[in-house]
Amino acid sequence: MGRQTRSVTITARGPQVLVQDSGRPGYAHLGVAAAGAADAPSYSLANRLVGNAPGTACLEVTLGGLELTVDHTTWVAVTGAPTPVTVGGRAFWVNQPVPLRAGQTLRLGTPSAGLRSYVAIRGGFRVDQVLESCSADTMSGLGPPPLEVGDVLEVDRPAGPVPSVDSVPRPGHGSGPVMLDAVVGPRADWFVDGALKALFESPFEVTSDANRVGVRLSGPPLPRRDRRELSSEGVVCGSLQAPPGGRVTLFLADHPVTGGYPVIAVLRWSSIPAAAQLRPGQAVCFRRVRE
Amino acid sequence: MTEVSLPGGATLEVRRCGDTGLLIESGDGDVLRSLAGALVAAAIPGITEVVPAMRTVLVVIDPRRTNLGTVRDALRRLTLAEKRTDQAREVHIPVVYDGEDLDFVATHTGLGVAGVIERHQQTQWYVGFCGFAPGFAYLVGDNTQLEVPRRGESRVRVPAGSVALAGTFASVYPRESPGGWQLIGRTDLTLWDVSADPPALLRPGTAVRFTEAS
Repeated sequence: MGRQTRSVTITARGPQVLVQDSGRPGYAHLGVAAAGAADAPSYSLANRLVGNAPGTACLEVTLGGLELTVDHTTWVAVTGAPTPVTVGGRAFWVNQPVPLRAGQTLRLGTPSAGLRSYVAIRGGFRVDQVLESCSADTMSGLGPPPLEVGDVLEVDRPAGPVPSVDSVPRPGHGSGPVMLDAVVGPRADWFVDGALKALFESPFEVTSDANRVGVRLSGPPLPRRDRRELSSEGVVCGSLQAPPGGRVTLFLADHPVTGGYPVIAVLRWSSIPAAAQLRPGQAVCFRRVRE
Repeated sequence: MTEVSLPGGATLEVRRCGDTGLLIESGDGDVLRSLAGALVAAAIPGITEVVPAMRTVLVVIDPRRTNLGTVRDALRRLTLAEKRTDQAREVHIPVVYDGEDLDFVATHTGLGVAGVIERHQQTQWYVGFCGFAPGFAYLVGDNTQLEVPRRGESRVRVPAGSVALAGTFASVYPRESPGGWQLIGRTDLTLWDVSADPPALLRPGTAVRFTEAS
């Protein structure tokens, strides 16, 4: 027989575990979202901590609860939401390389704040690509299905050395209102004069309708000037779309490529990772910034 | 919003979408289609997506590689091509006209079944834009007699290859999905194949003719 395979078995899971990478940009004109890790910097850090190349497939774990067992001695790293990480009863921090011996189990508790964790393994998970990406796009169903208990994932051979880093400090996820920077959007003129003031000066609450497509927020009404209908147009990640009389939706990684409701504001690119960590029930405020 | 004049004389309204997008609007569909083609052909570094829609083209950038000011400057120097469709690529779609909503469409338009089929086949369609689902093309034609509303209640499951109408658009469902369009027939043609490059048979600008399946 050939060389030994290296694999990981999922032994427990929380609400959702998906394979993610840097996504499949470049197909929006064919109706395909870029998808990819919702919190991109946390995903990238996980790979760097175990010496993986950028773009290597990781697991995106929603609200913790993941347990996985390895059949080979290796390193893993957990990043993103501050989540209790244990191996054989021993506790580790997030944002640090974690050693695992063959047969050991990595356990993620429930994050104390935030929503999504990223788990990288040295070498990376080997998953078939669709349109040059392993990303599970929950909107279109492209990419691998959500992982279930009993699933076995193959792991690629590591290419580079393990970086010599103990732990990387990252800004914390506080429990107060999350402040997101936003720029006045392309269709702000479709709303009454007071709407922008309401958007930027009132707190909103994250509803339970929050996933990789978008986060629905409850807050003050943002009335339109008139009853015109917008013909569908392209939208970017981080757009705040406001349906008439409805709740504002903040688009994330798997957002539809076009939207039929006017976009009142758009998050700054640098605020998207924090938006991807919003948790139902949490308060969020938008800080108006210049372009 | 700012106005940008192109070398050929066309004027575009340009709106920013945060720090990653420029939404370009024009009332002239031909200008938009030429613009989308020119943007793709120019291969401006840092542009990750060019997304045409009915009245707009969205340009998305990777802000680590460029910025919107640079892209707007590049826009001013674009030369638009004359032709609006990719006539060299005309796709023929053979259809069996047995859709569940064919009778409704025949009655609603007053054209009768034969009239609907005739208009559907005689119209020169082209892909205005894609959206809704991977490979789902909104086909625009010059024949508004085929205007129909969407169904009151959308179907949970529409089979792949379903040939459909809604508003003044025609389309073919590339994969099985939910859908609210009026179904007039079906085709065996594969419209979406992730192992093909590009994966979509119908892309913005592609010319389309519907024919009778033999």
